[in-house]
Amino acid sequence: MVIIANIGKYFFLMIQVFSRPVNKKIFFKRFLQEIEQIGLNSIWIVAIVSIFMGAVLTLQVAINFENPLIPRYLIGLSARDTMILEFSSTIICLILAGKVGSNIASEIGTMKITEQIDALEIMGVNPANYLILPKILAALFTFPFLNLMSIILGIVGGLLIAVFTDVVSVFNYIYGLRYLFVPFYVTYSLIKICFFAVIITSISSFYGYYTEGGALEVGKSSTKAVVYSIIMILLFNLILTQLLLT
Amino acid sequence: MIEVVNVNKLFGDNHVLKDISTSFEPGKVSMIIGRSGSGKTVLLKCIIGLLIPDSGEIYFDKREFTKSNIKFKTQIRQELGMVFQGGALFTSSTVEENVRFPLDLFTNWSKSEKQKRVDFCLERVGIKNANKLYPTEISGGMQKRVAIARAIVLNPKYLCCDEPNSGLDPQTAILIDRLISEITKEYNITTIVNTHDMNSVMEIADSINFIFQGNNWWQGTKDDIFNTDNKELNDFVFASELCKKIKKETT
Repeated sequence: MVIIANIGKYFFLMIQVFSRPVNKKIFFKRFLQEIEQIGLNSIWIVAIVSIFMGAVLTLQVAINFENPLIPRYLIGLSARDTMILEFSSTIICLILAGKVGSNIASEIGTMKITEQIDALEIMGVNPANYLILPKILAALFTFPFLNLMSIILGIVGGLLIAVFTDVVSVFNYIYGLRYLFVPFYVTYSLIKICFFAVIITSISSFYGYYTEGGALEVGKSSTKAVVYSIIMILLFNLILTQLLLT
Repeated sequence: MIEVVNVNKLFGDNHVLKDISTSFEPGKVSMIIGRSGSGKTVLLKCIIGLLIPDSGEIYFDKREFTKSNIKFKTQIRQELGMVFQGGALFTSSTVEENVRFPLDLFTNWSKSEKQKRVDFCLERVGIKNANKLYPTEISGGMQKRVAIARAIVLNPKYLCCDEPNSGLDPQTAILIDRLISEITKEYNITTIVNTHDMNSVMEIADSINFIFQGNNWWQGTKDDIFNTDNKELNDFVFASELCKKIKKETT
């Protein structure tokens, strides 16, 4: 029953979120602030994780492709497809659920318990729209760029392994990268990350918005936001893969 | 004028507000007093629209508020200033930005006009050289002053304050009380203050509503308090030995 009630509350909140902003100028300002907060501030973590994961991925594939019958260029192909299909969308969003999701839930949760949200409402502002919509749109705008950046840096990470070790030659790695490239995989990855952007920001906002109590409850909301965002990301990953790739 | 007519509010089986009827006049500081849990905060939240009464009506200058649509409520809320218990200042914005926020939202004024109004309001509440500071960088008393400045920046017709001097030392509390009283008289605002601080009541109250177990138990002025034989009110007001002594001397 609690789950059904929460789903109802979530959709009720989303109806309030997707309404017309009171002041477009202020909305745009908030949108730019959120781009910085959600997107630009996540560049470093995405870049570091992507480079190292690309490198590790290439090493592990190379170790597992010891069989001489398997062409060495498949190491580059595997690294590329794994980055595009799964890592740069799903895994990066699992990391962002932790970073961005907990940040959103604690920010809105703190605003809720310190009556800042009530203050907005009394001023005649729709707090859900004012606080949450810029976050959702900013994530929708920036996450695809983070996705593309992650793909590129992951591949670069693999290339560094090819350059500095002898597990695969640079020629084979680059040949593999170009071999049997399916452009739709990038589209698939971008579609997934757009869904995940909405999931992370809306679920985290939901848990923050309905926080009641004190600092302890803000922490609990933050944890719930991350846990449920991750579960929904995994679920939608399965659904979207089934719908788009099979 | 704000009128409350037969307002009832229930939370499950808990009947928190029982058929409350009263009115609050412009240019006067009306105080709602009562013990913790008596329902005074619920009443204030019903008046400002954060809670919807289960029955009854609330009128702002003869305009029904509780059952009106969002557009109309928004219009009335722009005429309403609110000072929350903790100030409720936006912690990510500076003092100046907090006060300017309602102007940015609801006026088409130029930047200089807005700045002039912000400076005027901050000066009116006695805030100097703190425009660029963040709420966490100023004292509790200053936060309350900034909250009052934000509440009056749009020239409200109504001002509601939820325990405006809680957590403040007696001297600062009196300054905040006097500020609320001065602003009320100066701009002819209908002011409602929710408190259980009897010093505030004696300092600035023009009319008093005593809420007891969800009922509007007693209504009068601060002078009437000394002459009433209402047991519950006497128990609440003259709880301390000092107050008992004052009453004895006064009567």
